[in-house]
Amino acid sequence: MSAEINVTGEVVTAYLSGELDHHTAKQMRETIDSAVELNMPSLLVLDFSRVSFMDSSGIGLVMGRYRNLQKTGAALHISGTSPNIYKVMKLAGIERLAKLERGNEND
Amino acid sequence: MKMIKNSFNMSLMSRSSNESFARATVAAFATQLDPTIEEISDIKTAVSEAVTNCIVHAYDNTLGKIYISAEILDNNTIKIKIRDKGKGIENVEKAMEPLFTTVGGERAGLGFAVMMSFMDSVKVRSALGKGTSIIMTKKISRRYSVNG
Ligand SMILES: Nc1ncnc2c1ncn2[C@@H]1O[C@H](COP(=O)(O)OP(=O)(O)OP(=O)(O)O)[C@@H](O)[C@H]1O
Ligand SMILES: [Mg+2]
Repeated sequence: MSAEINVTGEVVTAYLSGELDHHTAKQMRETIDSAVELNMPSLLVLDFSRVSFMDSSGIGLVMGRYRNLQKTGAALHISGTSPNIYKVMKLAGIERLAKLERGNEND
Repeated sequence: MKMIKNSFNMSLMSRSSNESFARATVAAFATQLDPTIEEISDIKTAVSEAVTNCIVHAYDNTLGKIYISAEILDNNTIKIKIRDKGKGIENVEKAMEPLFTTVGGERAGLGFAVMMSFMDSVKVRSALGKGTSIIMTKKISRRYSVNG
């Protein structure tokens, strides 16, 4: 599990990969949070294209980042969600907090 | 009376690195029912929720044992049991409500909601100071292959 960070102007994109569960969430959270603190983006994109599994620990991660971004008024986008990850996101109502995009299934 | 066609059981220590091992093992056992990718993913996610709860809540990140067993029943159903000997749940009904969590912070309080939505049935038995057991079932759709 890892998070690769890309900064373009006021946008920070975190490319997450591997399995996102309670065991792996902490390290990913730290990587994202330090990039946000350092760059103060107006938009944070969490890209799930390379995430093969996610449970409610991933929802906790998204909700926690949303709460942090509220402090500066920055927006949150979730992109590249596979059908299974999209299903968990929808169950949690994430689309009310962030723009939620499906991924290309053939990626 | 449903007949048990196959079964396995195992115990493992409540280390967070075992979360992926536990869900992958149950998913591998479930493949004999020829599930779809979505059904396998549902089972993996539900197992991950139950096992993570044992680690985070039951044993409060100390080391204890998690007992996992599964049965294949004759109606193309898998029955999964995940049990701990941890602190137990004070109010099960309340704990199962969406967004209810006793931890907060980085936990969403959606573990039980995921289990209930992704499985056909979820039964919780818990006793304070003794532990908790979760029994979940899911019927796997019968797909017709060329071989019938
Ligand atoms: N095995 C268990 N032993 C003791 N308490 C438990 C157990 N499983 C769940 N609980 C209690 O039930 C509550 C709700 O569990 P649930 O999985 O729905 O949410 P969560 O674990 O708090 O958050 P999330 O699963 O979204 O990360 C927990 O906060 C905890 O208090
Ligand atoms: Mg949980």
